[in-house]
Amino acid sequence: MSGRTVIGEGSRPRLPRGVRLKHDAARGQWVILAPERMFVLDDTAVEIMKAVDGEADVAAIVAGLAARFQAPRPVILADVVKLLQDFADKGVVRA
Amino acid sequence: MSAPAPPLALLAEVTHRCPLGCPYCSNPVELVRRSGEMETAAWLSLLEEAARMGVLQVHFSGGEPTARHDLEDMVAKAEAVGLYSNLITSGVLLDRRRLESLAARGLQHVQLSFQGVEPDGADHIAGFEGGHARKLACARLVTDLGLPLTVNAVMHRGNLDRLDDMIALAVELGAQRLEVAHVQYYGWALRNRARLLPTVGQLDAATATVEAARRRLTGVLVIDYVIPDYYARRPKACMGGWGRRFVNVSPEGRVLPCHAAETIPGLRFERVGERPLAEIWADGEAFERFRGTDWMPDPCKSCDRREVDWGGCRCQALAIAGRADVTDPACELSPDHRLMAAIAAADAGIESGEFVYRRLGDAGG
Repeated sequence: MSGRTVIGEGSRPRLPRGVRLKHDAARGQWVILAPERMFVLDDTAVEIMKAVDGEADVAAIVAGLAARFQAPRPVILADVVKLLQDFADKGVVRA
Repeated sequence: MSAPAPPLALLAEVTHRCPLGCPYCSNPVELVRRSGEMETAAWLSLLEEAARMGVLQVHFSGGEPTARHDLEDMVAKAEAVGLYSNLITSGVLLDRRRLESLAARGLQHVQLSFQGVEPDGADHIAGFEGGHARKLACARLVTDLGLPLTVNAVMHRGNLDRLDDMIALAVELGAQRLEVAHVQYYGWALRNRARLLPTVGQLDAATATVEAARRRLTGVLVIDYVIPDYYARRPKACMGGWGRRFVNVSPEGRVLPCHAAETIPGLRFERVGERPLAEIWADGEAFERFRGTDWMPDPCKSCDRREVDWGGCRCQALAIAGRADVTDPACELSPDHRLMAAIAAADAGIESGEFVYRRLGDAGG
């Protein structure tokens, strides 16, 4: 049995097998498709999840978003960690 | 009223054939035989239509979907048209070669049912010797291949006291999700209700067990758990609401709002190919009959939860109250709610009796 994934700045998040980020054209939204569940993403979550590529660590994801949206890094960091930890606890993100 | 949003998921019940004989099977009592099953090409074009109209996920179910040898073609088609494919299986027909082949074609997830935690009890209720051992082997194959696994634990009076062991088994097998699936009393299960309905004491203990396990296993195992209707105060939004989230296709290609909808008299169900799927969904008579809130009687009509639970389950209203067009008796506001409580009290108090096992007549072929 594997333990709980805890997300920190050094974590390298990825979508495990069976989890997909998809544009839902019929409803004009982005969704995460996971085993027998689906999550509709808000605008912030879409940008974060598009940056989750299994390569970038959380610090790099935060730096990228802070630069693109000209937002304070601590605010972005808090958003990113909160979202990814929530998804990790739902089995949707691994690190 | 504007056109309804497309369904999120297609439940493809590709066959009713199954080697197991579970007395709580959710299939209708009138099972479709192999000769009546829709052929491969029609399933493949159905998947194309579903994706085109905005369906996101397909659940391959049955019966036992792996009894069909063209399941690989269906999974490959789902992948090709961008549908997330989920296999709902008993696992007893799956060997490594078959599972590898399905995974290679794009299968995303496996939901594997368990009837118990130890072979004797599990095999007895499935009416299939050696089934439990095959399921354990199948679970290991799924996780070996790196596919996510959900354990679907079908719970009832005979095994609910072992829920803690079932949770431990799911963790040991490497499942990410556990569905604690209380038997729902339609079809075959309705016939066997007096043997299956848990007592209120069992249920309270199970709820406490789940709550403790959820705290202990955060980030390790997600546990889905819903209080069974017979002990609920408010109904479930069956299928997420009639004609709102799911479209179900039966083995012979009938397009249904839910897998038990054919038990409701007076509804006409169209077949795949009669009209485009999107049209059947949008204005088919069976979908329109109970969609939204216009059909509702009181107490639903004036209830502030009418768009939360959508009146509950039509098939259960029929089974308990004798009419499909009334409030689900699981709701404590229903005038028929006391019938449900009375059944629970009577059935859960029965000590023994024989199961009626699910059978296809000359079975399986």
